[in-house]
Amino acid sequence: MIRPIAFLAGLVFVAALLVAILMPREAAEETASHKFHKHPEALQLASDGPFGKFDRAQLQRGFQVYKEVCAACHSLHYVAFRDLEALGFTEPEVKAIANQWAIEVPSINPETGEAATRKATPADKFPNPYANEVAARAANNNALPPDLSLITKAREGGAPYIHSLLTGYQAPPANLPADARPGTGLHYNPYFANLNIAMPPPLVADGQVTYADGTKATVDQMAKDVSAFLVWTAEPKLENRHRTGIAVLIFLLFATGLAYMSYRAIWADKKH
Amino acid sequence: MSFPWAEHYSPKHPAMKWIDERLPLPRLVYNAVGAGYPVPRNLNYFWNFGVLAGAALAIQIITGIVLAMHYAANGDIAFASVEHIMRDVNSGWLLRYAHANGASFFFIVVYLHIFRGLYYGSYKAPREMVWLLGVVIFLLMMATAFMGYVLPWGQMSFWGAQVITGFFSAIPIVGEPIRVWLLGGFAPDSAALNRFFSLHYLLPFVIAGVIILHIWALHIPGSSNPTGVDVKGPQDTVPFHPYYTAKDGFGLGVFLIAFSAVLFFAPNMLGHADNYIPANPLSTPAHIVPEWYFWPFYAILRAFTVNFLWIPAKLWGVIAMFASIALLFFLPWLDKSPVRSASYRPLYKKFFWLLVIDVLILGLCGVKPAEEPWVRLSQFAAAYYFAHFLIILPIISRLEKPLPLPNSISESVLHGEKAEAAPIGQTA
Repeated sequence: MIRPIAFLAGLVFVAALLVAILMPREAAEETASHKFHKHPEALQLASDGPFGKFDRAQLQRGFQVYKEVCAACHSLHYVAFRDLEALGFTEPEVKAIANQWAIEVPSINPETGEAATRKATPADKFPNPYANEVAARAANNNALPPDLSLITKAREGGAPYIHSLLTGYQAPPANLPADARPGTGLHYNPYFANLNIAMPPPLVADGQVTYADGTKATVDQMAKDVSAFLVWTAEPKLENRHRTGIAVLIFLLFATGLAYMSYRAIWADKKH
Repeated sequence: MSFPWAEHYSPKHPAMKWIDERLPLPRLVYNAVGAGYPVPRNLNYFWNFGVLAGAALAIQIITGIVLAMHYAANGDIAFASVEHIMRDVNSGWLLRYAHANGASFFFIVVYLHIFRGLYYGSYKAPREMVWLLGVVIFLLMMATAFMGYVLPWGQMSFWGAQVITGFFSAIPIVGEPIRVWLLGGFAPDSAALNRFFSLHYLLPFVIAGVIILHIWALHIPGSSNPTGVDVKGPQDTVPFHPYYTAKDGFGLGVFLIAFSAVLFFAPNMLGHADNYIPANPLSTPAHIVPEWYFWPFYAILRAFTVNFLWIPAKLWGVIAMFASIALLFFLPWLDKSPVRSASYRPLYKKFFWLLVIDVLILGLCGVKPAEEPWVRLSQFAAAYYFAHFLIILPIISRLEKPLPLPNSISESVLHGEKAEAAPIGQTA
């Protein structure tokens, strides 16, 4: 009973699929994105690999780039000021960073109850540069600058993609089709998925930021440093994860070795 | 079940005797996984995956219960609560990555367990019930995993929920009202998220219950073995403890090494970057794809592109996707060959490996965008999948010439050498 019905059902499914297979269709057209899009260049960071650790000097430089270049438009709302102690800043330094942060934190006037702002404290998360999404879009040609806390995990390609994107602005090639050319308010960047990004090139000149530790601030260096910083904002527990992982794997290799030896001892006289 | 030569539980310590007279739980454990359960001596490592699946479920339940102490199932704060777990909760990052990667490893282990069953004929008489319960467990796992993936409320969470719940609207007339009723709204929102959290917490315990039935059903006839030949006498078996407790302990170690390597050093490898973007109902991702363990089914869903026999293509896709799992329920009756193991069924073996390749191709098509050449390839692959189970297996199980089976398990293992000493834990 089951087999004839199953056979019929099988024939029906296969027939439906054969009809679909034989239906003529256009081949996938090569779109401009397919042809001109570039994959990110490789990027070496201290945090790469199973033994990776953060380079705190690089993270501090990257934070300086975020503060002086990116923070005007991009929020970082999953990171608190106090988290910066992980970068090597002392508690008074972190208090000062929070207190002197250009954007203030929303609060309430204790006398009148009206909306007001106050200076940030280390307990606060980094405040949003814009009051809300409408304000953010109004100031940026209807584009919404994404929050950067998780950006290296939220984009295919991770930190190498961020670095390539920041250094990848160039003039559109001559053979770019007209419909793929950047319109007003857009900028050509082959590392971006559809080639034209609303963000203007943020790192325009060497020395845009003067590094506190004296490192030469080329565009490439600033892009690397801010990419490394953004790996930290996305994964502040990366070093714990690597350390714990190595300890766990060493233990497991030892324990599994013992388990294997027990298994062999127990089965020693049993052919199987 | 016990074979007549199974060891009997006989407690010596007065405390153990006291317990045994009042609640014979130690006796139950002894008879299920102890020296009281004889198991064929020739099981290979593919028999480890059942225990590993149980271990994976235990990992999911323990990490899940602790995560639930810190998670908030409201659309406005769900994503932020997961970031709170990752950043502020002590070892929260470990719990979250263990739970997310634990789901993937649960599916890896279960797929290997299922394909073991397909190769060695574990679904055949008298173990049909074990197989049916197993398919039920698989369906429950898929529902649990789907709802779990919605909980972080990322872009893929939201849009995956939108796609899957959209299936119900393919059902004529009653489909759309059912969809709105299930979601608690017209689109996935806090109402849907909250109920998915409730059900996601519930279903693993339902899975645990069905697993108890699954193991109980198995222990009636006892485990099968790579030759598919029945157990004939005490020389064919060894007691589960210590022989298979030791082998499973080793297998568990290997599993944990693989799991830890991914968890600690590549925790986002199996995931999708878009799920680190908070859900936005106004912004559709470029490519909506489910997690890897659903890719073959996603490919089958998208393979049906033409209206056929007055049923629209979208409804065909939904029917075919459910049918691709439902047909597994009928496998013991579709494949009636009395020979269990593919080791002795050369024709079936070839088609088995074709099926494995076919499922891998379907998986590849599932992750690719719905464009040529992937659409046509998925149509061929889906056609083979249905043909394999519904047309090919019934025919070849009647027509093929199997190889001669060994007379017994011990004959296939000892090759006629003299009998050996009794196994550890078994009186001669």
